[in-house]
Amino acid sequence: MSGHATFEPKHPALKWFESRLPLVGLIHSSFIAYPTPRNLNYWWTFGGILSLMLVCQILSGVVLVMHYTPHVTLAFDSVEHIMRDVSYGWLIRYIHANGASMFFIAVYIHMFRGLYYGSYKAPREVLWILGCIIYLLMMATAFMGYVLPWGQMSFWGATVITNLFSAFPVVGPTIVEWLWGGFSVDNPTLNRFFSLHYLLPFMIAGVVVLHVWALHVVGQNNPTGVEPKTEKDTVPFTPYATIKDGFGMVCFLIFFAWFLFYIPNYLGHADNYIPANPLVTPAHIVPEWYYLPFYAMLRAVPDKLGGVLTMFGAIIVLFFVPWLDTSKVRSGVYRPLFKQFFWIWIVVCIGLGWLGSKPAEGGYVIAGRILTVWYFAHFLIILPLLGLFEKPKAVPASITEAVLGKKTKGGAPASVGAHAPQTKG
Amino acid sequence: MNMTMNKLSSLRSLIARAVVAATLVTAAGGLAVAAEEGGHGSPKPPREHWSFAGPFGRFDQAQLQRGFQVFKEVCASCHGAHLLAFRNLAQPGGPGFTDAQARVVAEGFQIQDGPNDAGDMFDRPGRLSDRWPSPFPNEQAARASNGGAYPPDFSTLAKARTYEVGFPGFLIDIFTQYQEQGPDYIHALLNGYTEPPEGFAVPEGAHYNAYFPGHAIKMPQPISEGQVTYSDGSPETVEQYSRDVTAFMMWVAEPHLETRKRLGFQVMIFLIVFAGLLYFTKKKVWKSVEH
Amino acid sequence: MATTGTAETTRRDFLYIATGAMGAVGAAALVWPFVSQLQPDASVLALASTDVDISQIAEGQIVTVKWRGKPVFVWNRTPEDIAKSKEVALSALLDPIARNANLPPDAPATDENRAAPDKERWLVVIGICTHLGCVPIGHAGEYDGWFCPCHGSEYDQAGRVRRGPAPTNLEVPPYAFASDTKITIG
Repeated sequence: MSGHATFEPKHPALKWFESRLPLVGLIHSSFIAYPTPRNLNYWWTFGGILSLMLVCQILSGVVLVMHYTPHVTLAFDSVEHIMRDVSYGWLIRYIHANGASMFFIAVYIHMFRGLYYGSYKAPREVLWILGCIIYLLMMATAFMGYVLPWGQMSFWGATVITNLFSAFPVVGPTIVEWLWGGFSVDNPTLNRFFSLHYLLPFMIAGVVVLHVWALHVVGQNNPTGVEPKTEKDTVPFTPYATIKDGFGMVCFLIFFAWFLFYIPNYLGHADNYIPANPLVTPAHIVPEWYYLPFYAMLRAVPDKLGGVLTMFGAIIVLFFVPWLDTSKVRSGVYRPLFKQFFWIWIVVCIGLGWLGSKPAEGGYVIAGRILTVWYFAHFLIILPLLGLFEKPKAVPASITEAVLGKKTKGGAPASVGAHAPQTKG
Repeated sequence: MNMTMNKLSSLRSLIARAVVAATLVTAAGGLAVAAEEGGHGSPKPPREHWSFAGPFGRFDQAQLQRGFQVFKEVCASCHGAHLLAFRNLAQPGGPGFTDAQARVVAEGFQIQDGPNDAGDMFDRPGRLSDRWPSPFPNEQAARASNGGAYPPDFSTLAKARTYEVGFPGFLIDIFTQYQEQGPDYIHALLNGYTEPPEGFAVPEGAHYNAYFPGHAIKMPQPISEGQVTYSDGSPETVEQYSRDVTAFMMWVAEPHLETRKRLGFQVMIFLIVFAGLLYFTKKKVWKSVEH
Repeated sequence: MATTGTAETTRRDFLYIATGAMGAVGAAALVWPFVSQLQPDASVLALASTDVDISQIAEGQIVTVKWRGKPVFVWNRTPEDIAKSKEVALSALLDPIARNANLPPDAPATDENRAAPDKERWLVVIGICTHLGCVPIGHAGEYDGWFCPCHGSEYDQAGRVRRGPAPTNLEVPPYAFASDTKITIG
């Protein structure tokens, strides 16, 4: 893994600088010479896409703050002022609003990829947990950001979510009042949410640095789940991974632009174009789509505290996946049963998401309960047991063997020597 | 030994499949019940053809001007549009009035300004920078004059109204770029005043409307045949009025719609070409590496 | 063999350059909205004019009004003020240009070119010192015009700079008499 050339500055000025702060060397070893498994598929480009989305959200957010006013009487109109009067304001606001959804689409794909290929398994537990922390921070950030336009959904979403904390015995009501800074969601709430919404993305960026650091310590997982053994198993990050990530990012941007320019309000709620009114609740309060599965679990439990604990538990359980999965084989590719259960779990998650958008009545609740039980059973029962009972397929000895074996099976002649990775261009 | 293992695992996977199937069937059964329960409600507004729909949609200037006329002569007596500035009437992508025409509209209103040097508020004729004055000083006054109902402000109304599309329509809408739930609903509502069906008790002070949630709307049928005189020979029917005023409301809610779609097309072309170039570059770079 | 290699290299280089150029163009285009949003927005641009009622301004009085967020001085000058101002020779001025938005940019800084047309008792100037943007104090300083407390610039009865460090005369904003008693600035 250490076979690639490390950075050797040639220019005297750069030499002088590098001996005092090896910054270029760090960038070189992290993003240029860094050995990348040669068999990564396009699901691995979502890490890069997520970095892009984080930058996109921070930049557009900083610009929006230049025109936004965090006050209950002005917030709604100031957002509309951005949409109407500010030069390209509509574009930047729609980038930020749709960008949040794109960020979550990318993070869900990234997480599903990690779950499928066993990227959480030793030695990548800390990497995985840092990712879970980023996800939690993203949820908090997105929630507070949605409050800022101060529409009906902003206000009532904030009311419902902050009221979740009232479920905790004894301290609950006090926690809620302290969250609100008053006796209902009002101006103090808006101001503190605004402050935190500006702060949290920088915390996310900080944890992302740790996440990338951890990644570079343990190295990337790959579709086979077999660690790179020789230099032949890897290619240098640049140009191989950079160009592939770049292609993935631009494809993702096409998807983003479709929503941004043609259906910018599709992922939002019509009710949020009505200014907040503390006296009238909308007929149908629904959170943003990325919370829907958790919202469905919250409503599946008839007990208030139980529902809240279930909802938080659904995220907490992710932190323990590295130890709940007992299989010795890392990648789902070689685990026939796991594969099936994985896809069932995906369907369950999507089903929960759909149920979250439905009213909490009758059959929807029954279906929600069944799927909630399945969600937890997947982690708490299926994953531990599968490791014990499942008979995995033969795992290839190395990445190179897997890659060349695939080609041979496909009919293309492969002579091992001629296809060693080359580092030209 | 191996044989038994295989048998065992296939038996296990069979059991697993049965459990999954049973679970999903139960869940689906629950959903069917729920769907049946949710069957009552308003009919879906019919999908209309709007000039501003689709990737190349643009507002019809003549229609926006007619819609503005309907708004000004009829709706504005109860509904405000406090985010609409008079200068907007002359901005690109809108109804296409000239600055002078917009100024004439503005000067037709008395706007409160002040305080002057004596500390008094005073009225002066409107200017282009002023915004459309609301017909009532505040929400309470509006409710008091309208039987307890608040005539909503038009500024964002066309984006604030929707109806549930349901599965799988909501997925198809991503591809067809259907974004006109609001206009369709408003158009349907304005044409939805009918006799109540047998057995439907319309509350005092309310009116039956097929598309309004709950069907009892406080707003009486706002416009009738021939109420507004068009100068361009368009039919003076409720259908035409409602279509025009809805288009106008959509423009008020999304004044940069045309710019957005035009820029979107340019960005799309750019991104697709760029993606193509990246794809071939990527292929070149990876040419000598099996992966 | 060699020829093929060269051709391929050229084609590959072209592809790399085209892709890189496209990326650069895209990044540059993306920067524009983020820069463009900094300019005064449509609602700010629309607030361009202010009306001033001058019927209540006594002779010798200076009134300050706000136009585009800036102070504008409206001075009802006395005949003595005007006479003194007219005595000043252009050569004695630090800045011989009128700085009057209603006149050509090279108009000389005579009292006629500084005061209101045909209503020479009225002087309308933007009340911002041309040095570093402080608001000068009226009826003060050696020249009976304005004195800037920040760095000591002095202006005369026509708002012309007579002592530095300010480089230019106080600016005359675009304005017109809407009636005998009303000025519209902007």
